[in-house]
Amino acid sequence: MSDDQVQVIEARLLSKHYGSYTAVDAVDVKVRRGEFWGLLGPNGAGKTTFLRMITGAIAPSSGSLRVLEYPIPAQARPMRRRIGVVPQLDNLDPDFSVVENLRTYAGYFGLSGPDLDTHIEGLLGFAALESKRDARISALSGGMQRRLSLVRALVNQPDLLILDEPTTGLDPQARQLMWQRLRELKSKGITVVLTTHYMEEAQRLCDRITIMDHGRLLDSASPSELIKRHIEPHVVEVYGDDAEAWHRGVGAGLADRSEQVGETWLYYALDEEPLVDALKACHGISYLHRPANLEDVFVKLTGRELREA
Amino acid sequence: MAVTWRQLLDCLRGGRWRAVWWRNFRVWQRLAGPAILGNFGEPLLYLLALGYGLGSFVGDMQGMRYIVFLASGIVVSSAMTTASFEGMYSAYTRMEVQRTWESILTTPLSVADVVFGEAVWGATKSVFSGVAILLVATVLGAVGDARAILVLPLVLLTGLCFASMSLVVTAVSRSYDFFLYYTTLVITPMLLIGGVFFPLDRMPQAIQIAAQALPLTHAVALIRPLVIGTTPHHVVLHLLVLGLYTLVPLMLAVRLVNRRMGG
Repeated sequence: MSDDQVQVIEARLLSKHYGSYTAVDAVDVKVRRGEFWGLLGPNGAGKTTFLRMITGAIAPSSGSLRVLEYPIPAQARPMRRRIGVVPQLDNLDPDFSVVENLRTYAGYFGLSGPDLDTHIEGLLGFAALESKRDARISALSGGMQRRLSLVRALVNQPDLLILDEPTTGLDPQARQLMWQRLRELKSKGITVVLTTHYMEEAQRLCDRITIMDHGRLLDSASPSELIKRHIEPHVVEVYGDDAEAWHRGVGAGLADRSEQVGETWLYYALDEEPLVDALKACHGISYLHRPANLEDVFVKLTGRELREA
Repeated sequence: MAVTWRQLLDCLRGGRWRAVWWRNFRVWQRLAGPAILGNFGEPLLYLLALGYGLGSFVGDMQGMRYIVFLASGIVVSSAMTTASFEGMYSAYTRMEVQRTWESILTTPLSVADVVFGEAVWGATKSVFSGVAILLVATVLGAVGDARAILVLPLVLLTGLCFASMSLVVTAVSRSYDFFLYYTTLVITPMLLIGGVFFPLDRMPQAIQIAAQALPLTHAVALIRPLVIGTTPHHVVLHLLVLGLYTLVPLMLAVRLVNRRMGG
């Protein structure tokens, strides 16, 4: 078996029920070594439950699960020795400084000594936190805290890294830096599992994306393949006071598919020219022509209604 | 229960719980100044005020000066309150507010490692306070002889017992307010009828019997004689009661925290 054929995660008919509620419903997942895999879904889709089964925090109701070839949850402890987890909400230790956080966390893996010291220095550099090594957690910005959470998850040199919404709440600069670091990790061959609500993040980072809703997997492919599969290549968004009238009179006939979202009309087309030409000729109407993106796929597959879990 | 038992045995064999203990110890070290002041200051004030103040009215109690009776009781009650408060308020903070346990549980440590590490840490704090009280009591002439050194392992066991019991409460708690039930309904009555401040032999029969079912009474029965320089009776019985009050809550806490963190 060649290296990239090795399955880092292999779930078969994996389910989790809470009473009559099904959080994860008979999912099959395979993640290859070295893959950067994104798991997307609205709130309550079952992503976090799935991740918690992967780490052995909760036991599946049925189905089988292997992570790094360990059967889970039976062998969760030795498996956890080889994974890193960046949680959705930071749980850094507020009583310790930056470097003490890393050292304490390494202690849970039984790591200490000069090798660890060297490794920690490298991690501080990687997180751009050298100047903050003795700072308290409360003195760090949101971006610094997320980067510390990231390198804390690397303290045991894991083979699999699990990131649960790693950039939620970060400003664009901090997010860019995080993305850059994640790409560096990917280039080193580490397998990454990512959940996120930022479609741009998933589109830029992931080799493969799976969209999940109501505990089921809806589709799985590379970002570009997913877009090609579900959405016409061109999207034109039309908005403004006259959009409604324009749609009824002109727009509806020019697109392959259209829908109204709030005050905006969305047109999906294989050939965008007739639409764009018509819009150019029409004054007093605003429009945006853009390529189809992952958000279009996401919304098409999971619907537009608001999820407030 | 068999699963819990296996997890607990695995925890004792693996020794990984020490990382949890060490984490708490390092945090304590940072704030050791005020903590140590409290360890010495509080018993000193109690012993001076009650021992001499109240003692001048009470005179002798069970054939010893009141301050001697009181010092040997406070060693025990302080082990109870120190471990209980660590197992409730501090452990709850680490579990719910700082989510330290959550971060630990993504490493090779298990819930049993976390719970046992916390219990031993609570017991360790009991020993810190026990050492301080014994030193204060020695200075005030309230310690009998060198047998008092044997008190320390017993204080460790007493602390382990009460830390385990309070961790059960923490495992089912939804807020800090919930701890008031346990403090008011369990800790305070035990403090009052456990024989810390006055002997039980003149209390109503029913209370004397009830007191025998409580762990604090047995801890007092073991520790007081050693502090005042005599030898305790029924040692095995008392140890068994304390052991049972440690083991059962410990298993229950592991089970409940497993359920809570597995949510």
